[in-house]
Amino acid sequence: MGLFLNTVLNGVSEGMVFAAIALGLVLVNRATGIVNFSQGAMGMMTTFVAYSLLSGGIGYWPAFVVALAAGFFLGAAVELIFIRPLQGKSPLNPVIVTIGLLVVLEGIAGSIWGVTSRGFPPAFSQRGLRIGSTRVAFSTFDLFIVAAVIVLMAVMIAVFRWTDVGLRMRGAAFSPEVARLLGVRVGRMFTLGWALAATAGALAGLLAAPISSFGPYYMDLNLVYGFTAAVLGGLLSPVGALVGGLVTGLCISLVGGYLGGNLEPLGALALLLAVLMARPQGLFGSAKARRI
Amino acid sequence: MTRAPSPVPVAESAIRPDGDRRDGGHLLRLPEQPLLRHLVLMVFGAGLLYLLTQSLSAYNNFQVGEIGAFAIALAGLSVLTGQNGQISLGHGALMAIGAYTVALLMVHTHLNLVVELAIATLVTTAVGVVVGVPAARLGGAYLAGVTLLLALTVPLLAAQYGSIFGGEQGLTTTPPSAPGTINPERWLAWIQLAAALVVMVLLGNLVRSRFGRAFRAVRDDDVAASLAGIHVTRTKVLAFSVSAGCAGLGGALLVLSTGVVNTGEFPLTLSIELLAGMVIGGAGTLVGAWWGAIALVYVPQWSTSLSSRLSLGTTVAAYLADALFGAALIVVILAAPSGIQGSLRRLAHGIAAATTGRASPPNPPAALARLLRSADVPGGTRSSSDASTRSRDRSPDQVATKE
Repeated sequence: MGLFLNTVLNGVSEGMVFAAIALGLVLVNRATGIVNFSQGAMGMMTTFVAYSLLSGGIGYWPAFVVALAAGFFLGAAVELIFIRPLQGKSPLNPVIVTIGLLVVLEGIAGSIWGVTSRGFPPAFSQRGLRIGSTRVAFSTFDLFIVAAVIVLMAVMIAVFRWTDVGLRMRGAAFSPEVARLLGVRVGRMFTLGWALAATAGALAGLLAAPISSFGPYYMDLNLVYGFTAAVLGGLLSPVGALVGGLVTGLCISLVGGYLGGNLEPLGALALLLAVLMARPQGLFGSAKARRI
Repeated sequence: MTRAPSPVPVAESAIRPDGDRRDGGHLLRLPEQPLLRHLVLMVFGAGLLYLLTQSLSAYNNFQVGEIGAFAIALAGLSVLTGQNGQISLGHGALMAIGAYTVALLMVHTHLNLVVELAIATLVTTAVGVVVGVPAARLGGAYLAGVTLLLALTVPLLAAQYGSIFGGEQGLTTTPPSAPGTINPERWLAWIQLAAALVVMVLLGNLVRSRFGRAFRAVRDDDVAASLAGIHVTRTKVLAFSVSAGCAGLGGALLVLSTGVVNTGEFPLTLSIELLAGMVIGGAGTLVGAWWGAIALVYVPQWSTSLSSRLSLGTTVAAYLADALFGAALIVVILAAPSGIQGSLRRLAHGIAAATTGRASPPNPPAALARLLRSADVPGGTRSSSDASTRSRDRSPDQVATKE
């Protein structure tokens, strides 16, 4: 019973990290209709920025804010430099570029900071909380993860639903031509979508670093689990991304806890393939009617 | 959302039914019938490669053989991406599956090598179907995500079941023994190159057949393809499983060179290097697969010697090859999306046009597509201004009266 409870709690906090990555993937997919495979690597870069600041003696929260800001600018720069020139051509080309970017970013991080994984400090204590007399595998930091990701999702929904800029972003994604005729700076909206996605990625990187072995490659697995979560959620819906993250987190935590850590990716693959067979539009997506 | 008009730039390099006839016509007339033409090319290629292996040292033969093995995997990937518009990030893992299958067969059984290679190909094709059927329900780019997961799964599975797959040490195989007095490296290279040539002929025929036309139809517009009676899902799964089988055969042949298969041999970066090699060579072309294979074999070697010459630190050196492939992916897609083969082909057309003294034949579909694309670019304020400047060029009077 204790093992089960702790495995589930572990899955919740891990799942929230996957949800943060999935939210970034959803933002990019909504803005520009592509899967950003460098989502994890961009978060890895900004977390290394925070790591350098922390090593330089700067406090956790200033480094946290700088990392999020770095993510914002990195996302905007990537969209402007690499993705914009490929607009309107094959949808495969920008995806291939993000894959190249993934390797280049990991190469840069590896040659600056080295291959060895190192410790990254958590925002709060990682000691398990005490419920009654037993200590469970859920810490203050895990609480912070859950809160941060829920806030991220809520902000995303609120921005899209109730703000003017959110409406413009939805319009630009829904019908670029019409939006442009109505005076929306469509290109700028795409850049903003990427910038916000990379900010979400930076948050995911900061949350994941203390619970993974932090190094140039630590976001690879997190990215594929985040992708699984995003596909489960239908790739367009923020709530879907959150629920998808939780389901993915619970699935791989149970597989890892009972069958062995090496089988975790296989568990995620099985989950992904099963969901695609049963509900290809995702658990939350609705089948999209396409005009011919 | 409106769909971006195709044909796509990656696809522009795809084998066009009229492409070869146009530029090869005056040099030597190849048979019109695809199978015959490919067989003639195969005999020609076999002759060239025979002369090459005879003149090279043992070590160079070893590398030429590896090029043959990689060319098979890359040709499969090239058909998948260039002809069918799907991306795979799991071809390294599929190579690993082929490699482990053939190594297990070599360790536990005494079958004929050809049979072992065929079984490895079939096993990988089957994995391709299992992954491909669900993945085909998503768009082309999403196959990349599913196969990325596969790429991370396979090495960990091999580590988990160490008693079967040998864990980190892996499985050791004995290379096939050469008959008579033939140098073993040369014999190995012949096996790998012969397999590569056979695969090239088979793939060349596949892309010219109705299946190949179905691949391209689905790539360009899956709705139109399904209206034309093409089963879209089945076509995508066929493309991926054929491609997976090629990767498996390539991996199996690679084991013959390395003599060992372990968990470290097929990392995620191999899958990305394969994608890079395919894009560099030219997506959709079979000749491009050979350019990519040459890059895959020689770039890591060059980057090692480059980093030792520049006396870069060991950490930088370890990342240099990967980073070079990643950078090449970005640069090629941005600057020359049709890769080496597409650029060479364009150069050859230019030279042919210059020597015969007439402009290169216009390509109406491509020109039309370009026009459509510039008129209907989602997300480019540039496009509308382009269109307006063009109309101004064409009818200055009209613009003048307006102003």
